[in-house]
Amino acid sequence: MSSLLSAPSALREDALRRLKREMWARAVKLGLRSWVGWRRGFTSKADPQRSGRVTAEVIEHLERLALVDFGSLEAVARLEKAIAFADRLRAVDTDGVEPMESVLEDRCLYLRSDNVVEGNCAEELLQNAHRVVEEYFVAPPGNISLPKQDEQEPFSHI
Amino acid sequence: MAALMLRWSCLGKRWVLACIDGGSRHGRGAAIGLTSRRKRGQSSVAQQPLIAVQKSRKGEHEWAAVVGLEIHAQISSNSKLFSGSQVHFAAPPNSLVSFFDASLPGTLPVLNRRCVEAAVMTGLALNCRINKKSLFDRKHYFYADLPAGYQITQQRLPIAVNGSLAYSVSVGKKPSQVSTRTVRIKQIQLEQDSGKSLHDEPRSQTLIDLNRAGVGLLEVVLEPDMSCGEEAASAVRELQLILQALGTSQANMAEGQLRVDANISVHHPGEPLGVRTEVKNLNSARFLAKAIDFEIKRQIHELENGRKILNETRSFDDKLGCTMPMRDKEGKQDYRFMPEPNLPPLLLYDTASLPPGADPQQVINIDWIRERLPELPGKTREKLIQQYGMLPEHSFTLLNEVGLLEFFQNVIKETRAEPKKVTSWVLNIFLGFLKQQNLAVNESPVTPSALAELLNLLDRKAISSSAARQVFEELWQSKGKTPSQIVSEKKLELMQDQEALERVCHTVMEGHPQVGVEGRRKAMHFSAC
Repeated sequence: MSSLLSAPSALREDALRRLKREMWARAVKLGLRSWVGWRRGFTSKADPQRSGRVTAEVIEHLERLALVDFGSLEAVARLEKAIAFADRLRAVDTDGVEPMESVLEDRCLYLRSDNVVEGNCAEELLQNAHRVVEEYFVAPPGNISLPKQDEQEPFSHI
Repeated sequence: MAALMLRWSCLGKRWVLACIDGGSRHGRGAAIGLTSRRKRGQSSVAQQPLIAVQKSRKGEHEWAAVVGLEIHAQISSNSKLFSGSQVHFAAPPNSLVSFFDASLPGTLPVLNRRCVEAAVMTGLALNCRINKKSLFDRKHYFYADLPAGYQITQQRLPIAVNGSLAYSVSVGKKPSQVSTRTVRIKQIQLEQDSGKSLHDEPRSQTLIDLNRAGVGLLEVVLEPDMSCGEEAASAVRELQLILQALGTSQANMAEGQLRVDANISVHHPGEPLGVRTEVKNLNSARFLAKAIDFEIKRQIHELENGRKILNETRSFDDKLGCTMPMRDKEGKQDYRFMPEPNLPPLLLYDTASLPPGADPQQVINIDWIRERLPELPGKTREKLIQQYGMLPEHSFTLLNEVGLLEFFQNVIKETRAEPKKVTSWVLNIFLGFLKQQNLAVNESPVTPSALAELLNLLDRKAISSSAARQVFEELWQSKGKTPSQIVSEKKLELMQDQEALERVCHTVMEGHPQVGVEGRRKAMHFSAC
């Protein structure tokens, strides 16, 4: 690289253009490889026992449960990298060590006495809501249990 | 776990399922099976026809049903489980909601001492082992009435495990034929209640009221040791009585303080358990029994026609008397349990392990609570039987009817009549009148004092028993009059004067000389009563 800086300008420009093209090609190759790697799955070097691949099934399942959107390959790749990063914990030897419940586990759980000290702030709370109907929060419909008459099952009680 | 046989019987218009222990059958050849018979023109669910299946020539197997229950009881406390807002049944929407209940960022849960005590009391009453260390977890699912997106519960290590609940079921047509069964309790845990959603279908929206969100619940998980609707209903009734006696929950199903979900499956005895379905939306003991029995029938019907049972959640439509699948609940839910990071483990102590110099407000001593447990229904019934010599089934009736035991005890206090007489009058005549007019004990026009006075008159032989019945009817109709007043008004007193009685008898006998010795003897006897 240092030789480029001392070369005449015309040559420098050519070299720069070539370098840019090469870097671009390399980036595309890397990108392609990582994309291919995601599609085929790769084995994380950190932990040979577990594949670092997050399958499309798992992504779909997570999207439904957690209501997040893994919109792009980038997001999934980032997820895999995060898992691989956390996996490094396995390198620590924890044989014979009792797992903690939480970092607060040796604190005292405070017991509150049974008195009414809060509430009566409906107006304040409803200010946060997008839509309000007569002091109720409004949500989209969901989980209506009883189907309409025509959708009733064929087996009727005898 | 016994695979109990189901025998369906219909007593007149009432639907009764008697569960008979499998050991009483004689051998496989006498397979009872189930037969079906349609009643023509029957569409209402009030009259349930007799259901049984004709035994096929191939020698059809019997079916055994397995029923497990998950019961949620709202803890009777002033404030909620993790916040200081009030617990109250009817209040303007969203008026009993704190910032924590609405899940506003920056709020943290603070455990209510009364709820822990309630859980320990219930655990002790149900013979559970109380875990000295229990943990809180988050159970994640999205629903509009769960503002945080998770419910704080105790999945890994609940507060009480491995208990038992004894209840009794009738095993024959006579009321005296009752048998005691036990159902194991898997665990009791503390958890939060969710808010209430009101579905507004025409406008395609759901209205959310968070007054109930965060109220403390006791979840009691019963092992699948039951086999029919009646057993389940009896177990739930007994649990209700225990919770009410302890004061830990008012356990009123109609007000939603006690909610039951049933897990039902059927299988052939000896074979592995079948696929189970969960039935929700059961808000009375009667519907519970109906729904379970319907679901058992439905599953048997499906399996016998070669179809499979789906592991799904169904709800019970009481108007149609059948279970329907619930939408939005297909497939297994993954709750992604995780430890609640904002709550350290809950530690309980007994007298031996109590740390010295600890703030009494901040520690809970299991032994202290055990010593102060109120009297449980089983013990009350025992005492009634011993003290008053009544039959077991009478003690059950006395406790089952709300307020009847108190009424009975008040009458006993004020009367000199024999306890057996009082029992008979309260359970047969008084209760009979109540049921006829569909009244609760506290709506009765007859007070305990009035009945006590009436029984005193009867005991003194001032009136005959038939006259007493007349007086009772009169008392029922007209308020304000005392039994003595009615007796004198209607001249129902028995004649006490021996000589006058003899004169009357002689007059009668002389007037009817054809009546023989037997007749005369009867006349004398009648006048002496």
